[in-house]
Amino acid sequence: MDISEVPQEGNRTLGHHRKALYAKDANGRMVLVASRGSEIDETVTLQAVQRLHAFAEAARLRCLTGQTSPLEFWMWTQRMDLALLAQVTGIWQWRIRRHFRPRIFARLTPEVRQCYAQALGLSVEQLQQLP
Amino acid sequence: MNAPATSYRHRHAAHCESGVASNLFSHYGATLSEAMAFGLSSALSFAYLPFVKLTGFPLIAYRMPPRFILKGLSKPFDVKLHFETFNSAERGKRRLDELLAQGKVVGLQTSVYWLPYFPQDMRFHFNAHNLLVYGKDGDEYLISDPVLEDPQRCASADLQRARFAKGVLAPKGLLYYPDRLGRTEVSAAAVRQAIVKTARIMLGPIPLTGVRGMRMLARRIRKLKADESGLNYIGHIVRMQEEIGTGGAGFRFLYASFLQEAAAICALPELELLAERLNTIGDDWRSFALQAVRMIKGRDAVDFAALAESLEALAGQESDFFRALRKAVK
Repeated sequence: MDISEVPQEGNRTLGHHRKALYAKDANGRMVLVASRGSEIDETVTLQAVQRLHAFAEAARLRCLTGQTSPLEFWMWTQRMDLALLAQVTGIWQWRIRRHFRPRIFARLTPEVRQCYAQALGLSVEQLQQLP
Repeated sequence: MNAPATSYRHRHAAHCESGVASNLFSHYGATLSEAMAFGLSSALSFAYLPFVKLTGFPLIAYRMPPRFILKGLSKPFDVKLHFETFNSAERGKRRLDELLAQGKVVGLQTSVYWLPYFPQDMRFHFNAHNLLVYGKDGDEYLISDPVLEDPQRCASADLQRARFAKGVLAPKGLLYYPDRLGRTEVSAAAVRQAIVKTARIMLGPIPLTGVRGMRMLARRIRKLKADESGLNYIGHIVRMQEEIGTGGAGFRFLYASFLQEAAAICALPELELLAERLNTIGDDWRSFALQAVRMIKGRDAVDFAALAESLEALAGQESDFFRALRKAVK
């Protein structure tokens, strides 16, 4: 890649940051160039963000109709999935899946609630309801 | 305020670990560019690990596992690196503060998700990020994150979360710093050795790694269903390649830069030509990413067989390239 080919079209997922790429200068040396990013990076990052966002949105709707608990909504919102939440909390996946049932979620002990809140970076109050 | 290591100089880098290594070793007196750190530690690789899942997708790595670069540099620079992990977050914090008080620049492994200065859309639960801390001001740490252009500040509570995040590749508060460096220049013998090792990694016999790993991933792509899940899968490949740690093309350009340096150190002009060739292969990795993105965006018809073919072509090119590279340094 020549310096003139370093993508500068912009990637909104980078915020105001630029990332470093190596490209060939006029003398044929590979040098570091700051890039504003390209559509390639932007597309795949947004795709991943939106996929998790869609899961969160679906969970929110199911939560409103009482088919799941806010825990599932927050899990997706904080960009986790069941496997990761289980690893972070040390709670087995089948137990977490049970805690997605609103009636069981409502009866959780303060310790378990605290454990989820901590793992998701939320307060216990936030965890118990949709935003 | 603990006096920040005043002489510390932050330099922007393409990849976190090679950037950290180059900044850290340079601070302690070595002459070490990012490209040399990457090449000298034989970090270039490819691995397709379907049994390690990241939000449901396989781990596709374009470099050796975390800490490989740092560890790979201790021999050529004749230095002992101290790695410390902690089972208590409080102890981990105390130790970091203690080292900073001694005026040391300290490397950390962290999650990116909990680092507030990272752009929101880039914050995923990825635990193998590296950064340097070069001082503390009140409750804020002074951070040199090599993938960002400028030094950052981070509140101690946030850094604690990032250091003690759990999950795949959990950092466990890992911090590291070198002793006094035994040598400060890179030797030609070490460079040659590193190149041979990279060729061995890329051409190795294990079906999940190196050129064979690329072929295996290509076979997997062929079997994808042409629907949302398939598109998410190829998006994930490209994201692992271009976004998380610069990946495919970025690493080829970085390694090409290393080969140019190596040509001078080893007095092997042939490496200049090979650098040029790798530069072209890097461009082809970019074309591969673009081809995938055009399908995701719906500009081109979804054709996973064509994508698999491109990846196989890349595997073929790299197979020839690393054979030529091995011959050049022997």
